[in-house]
Amino acid sequence: MGYRKVAIVGAGMTKFVRRAQETGKELSWQAAKMALDSCELTLDQVDCVTLGTAPDAFDGVHMKGEYLADGAGAWRKPYMRHYVGGGTGVFSPIHGWFHIASGMADIVLVVAEEKMSSCHPHPQGAFITIFDHTTEQPLKPNLIWIFALEMNRYMQTYGLSKKDIALVSVKNKKNAIDHPAAQVAEEITVDDVLNSETLAWPVNRLDISPASDGAAAIVLVSERVARRLTDKPVWIDGVGFSIDTAYWATRDLSYPNYVETAARMAYDMAGITEPSKQIHVAEPYDPFDYKELHHMEGLMLCPRGKAAQLTADGVTQRDGNMPICPSGGALGVGNPIAATGLMKVIEIFLQLRGDAGKRQVPGNPTCGLAQAWGDLMQMGTVVVMRS
Amino acid sequence: MKLEDYELRGTALRSSDIKKGKVLSTSWEPDLKYAWDNGVAIGRYLAELKAGQIIGRACHKCRRIMIPPRMFCELCFRPTDEWIPLEDTGTVNTFSIVHVNWDASRRKKGEPPLIPAVIEIDGASKGMGIMHMLSEVDPKDVKIGMKVKAVWKSEEEREGAITDILYFKPARAKAGKRRKQ
Amino acid sequence: MTNRVAIVGIGTTGFRPVTPDVSFRELIFEAARKAYTDAGLEPSEIDGFITAAEDFVEGYSIADEYCPDQIGAVLKPTQTIPGDFIQALATGYMMIMTGAFKTVAIEAHSKASNIKNVDELTGFAFDPVYNRPLRESPHAIAGLEMMRYMFETCTSADQCASVVVKNKFNAMHNPYAAFGSDIETIDVLNSEPVSLPIHRLDIAQHADGAVVAVLAAEDVALSLTDIPIWIEGLGWCTDTPTLEMRDWGEAVYAAYSAEMAYRMAGITNPAADIDFAEICDEYSYKELQHMEALKLCMPGEAGHFVETGVTDISGELPINVSGGALGVGHLFEASGAHKILELVEQLRGEAGMRQIPDVEVGLAQTWRGVPTATGAVAILSNF
Ligand SMILES: [Zn+2]
Repeated sequence: MGYRKVAIVGAGMTKFVRRAQETGKELSWQAAKMALDSCELTLDQVDCVTLGTAPDAFDGVHMKGEYLADGAGAWRKPYMRHYVGGGTGVFSPIHGWFHIASGMADIVLVVAEEKMSSCHPHPQGAFITIFDHTTEQPLKPNLIWIFALEMNRYMQTYGLSKKDIALVSVKNKKNAIDHPAAQVAEEITVDDVLNSETLAWPVNRLDISPASDGAAAIVLVSERVARRLTDKPVWIDGVGFSIDTAYWATRDLSYPNYVETAARMAYDMAGITEPSKQIHVAEPYDPFDYKELHHMEGLMLCPRGKAAQLTADGVTQRDGNMPICPSGGALGVGNPIAATGLMKVIEIFLQLRGDAGKRQVPGNPTCGLAQAWGDLMQMGTVVVMRS
Repeated sequence: MKLEDYELRGTALRSSDIKKGKVLSTSWEPDLKYAWDNGVAIGRYLAELKAGQIIGRACHKCRRIMIPPRMFCELCFRPTDEWIPLEDTGTVNTFSIVHVNWDASRRKKGEPPLIPAVIEIDGASKGMGIMHMLSEVDPKDVKIGMKVKAVWKSEEEREGAITDILYFKPARAKAGKRRKQ
Repeated sequence: MTNRVAIVGIGTTGFRPVTPDVSFRELIFEAARKAYTDAGLEPSEIDGFITAAEDFVEGYSIADEYCPDQIGAVLKPTQTIPGDFIQALATGYMMIMTGAFKTVAIEAHSKASNIKNVDELTGFAFDPVYNRPLRESPHAIAGLEMMRYMFETCTSADQCASVVVKNKFNAMHNPYAAFGSDIETIDVLNSEPVSLPIHRLDIAQHADGAVVAVLAAEDVALSLTDIPIWIEGLGWCTDTPTLEMRDWGEAVYAAYSAEMAYRMAGITNPAADIDFAEICDEYSYKELQHMEALKLCMPGEAGHFVETGVTDISGELPINVSGGALGVGHLFEASGAHKILELVEQLRGEAGMRQIPDVEVGLAQTWRGVPTATGAVAILSNF
């Protein structure tokens, strides 16, 4: 492709929990330390550090990136924070890729952190200020509203039922039973989802991922360093990101154009022409169950409106033809926003190395992708990886 | 490497651990205050709402009539051209029936659910909507594609805010009659 | 393969204490439109976009949401860097150097006038457990540092005040600047004490405004303009965020980021190789402390330089001819942007009344303000 090759060689993460005793700095340190240990590097070998973390309002610290710097291992290093809302965690390796593919660095520590429990009484309260201060906030909206609005439009457009969508939650929460960091892994039924509390119809409590604390980290290196460190590097072959207009009420809510634009950019770079065949395993962002379906369609892993059918047919199960969220996703492992995105990148890293243990999908996958989404349902981030 | 080979860190607490003082915590209520400049486009939008009128803005290049109005077209990247008065009626693009308030607290017993909706405003380009609330309708009867009409605050109460429109309600009268004939 | 990256377009609104006539969107659109026209590109032809912004400065929980429309970035690869404009510039530079992007636009702005209690905001950046309960004023932290800096380098309060006098005077010749005036050192020393040794006039006041710059790869740059302004060096660094562990006399972050930028630019003797510099002066003493960290003079020498006119517009090493933050205004994440703007105008020979003759290499340096120990350096040239 002509790009300087960039590999993931190490990964680390904390458990995802509703409320962690550790501070955000400590969580960041735990994930970063594990990532460095996993590839036998020390902090003094790291050229640059980059940090992904979502709203400052969660942790309750202005300039949160500055506050977290020492926990992320940035002391006296070139250190920068990047931020694209809920899409941040999958943007993290992209920002790291910039550092190495440009030749600016050879070893980059990429850390993602979120401590949502600091925000009281509930992190959802921090979200009123995501809405336009003049034309929307006076209506006192809750974050869940806009997802309910989007989910309803999606269901209506393609004639989907809540049952069709609940299958995603059932699958992911079950997958998460095999994930050692999981917060809300359990075996549930479609009826459990449908009978859980209705928060904002069509969204019930079990359609949503939980609020979480947690951190994740990866080590990115140039080709030369990768060959020295491991015989199982996983290459970042394509990166894509895209943002749609902030006037969200003027968009077609039934289809995530921003995900498609981001995916096309990443696919072009990775030479992927038939995503549904060439991508062997995928971790699209699933903070809500309908979002996994929405994103599969945006990623062009299936035709528009068809993701629910694939789910019902078992195609997206771990042993299906197109395993989706084998980690358990945000719905099962938990959703410390930026850390979730990086957790997904780590899952693909492990899957492509054959290191995913009980979660391993069959068939020796060699190409996978992670995707996240954020802001006012407008940001898409995509990373394509190959072993 | 396998995650399973590591003892993953992170110590889960219960709320009771904090309440009982097993774990100490520090609290802080930020006192941040902002006063946003509305600017030209939203300034006029609010002034027109006070006057009981919804106004949009047209770009002559892409021929879109936009709401909320803006002084530049984000697609053509040039100044917009003209103020266009819009109807105070529209079509429900999507809606939700809501049992949680903005701060995640639940609606109290006896309080009706809230019905936020994206409403495509008549007179604006297709798909151009705003978020607002629906009322005077049984939640069971709300449908995507339903025609709705704004219910305004009285002239004296209006202050130049999006809440000068109390909510939208089904626009039964005209549409209903026509269908019967 | 791209070897160099240049700034090919820049646009600004200028800076004012308040901007009640426009929304933040309208403010930014003006700067973006000017930058794209200056570059000879439409936003549809630009490959990537970056906004430098912090949530609580914007007053939004996810400020990133509101970045695309007014810079023409709808459905384009766009990101927010919650950091200074020069950090965003470094990201844009790296994006182009990967080969995946030919052109990148970078935006930063300030609507400081819309924040009604800036000190509370700055206080909200303090460590919530160790520092916040002490309820110190942000200026107190700067006071501690100024005291230690003056002690270690034998710099006088009078010398620090000279920085204010120089920069506010320079600002009178800068049509973009909000706070130009002709004052004397005694006015600074007689202004009310805030957190001694800091007086009110030692502190930069906030201003509103926006800047957008367009970067391009070498081949594109040469096809677009006769005077591309080349990015020769970049450096950025974060020292410890923990106040208790800091080196209070020295600006370590500035020294490290300068070292990185000099290495990249191949500069071995900064005092001789740099023709002029725009240096962070959010507090008067910071300009002097930063000059020393940047090795533009020996430790303890900066105060003498400013006093004897070496750093005046007509001196050997002009510093902050724009007026700096003291004269132009403190612009939050756009602080680095006005410095880059000044460098570009000087290096193009478009700086009007404040043009320094025959300049070829300029340095811009920023600091992210109390309570951070983060800064960045950019070195630009016109050849
Ligand atoms: Zn247009």
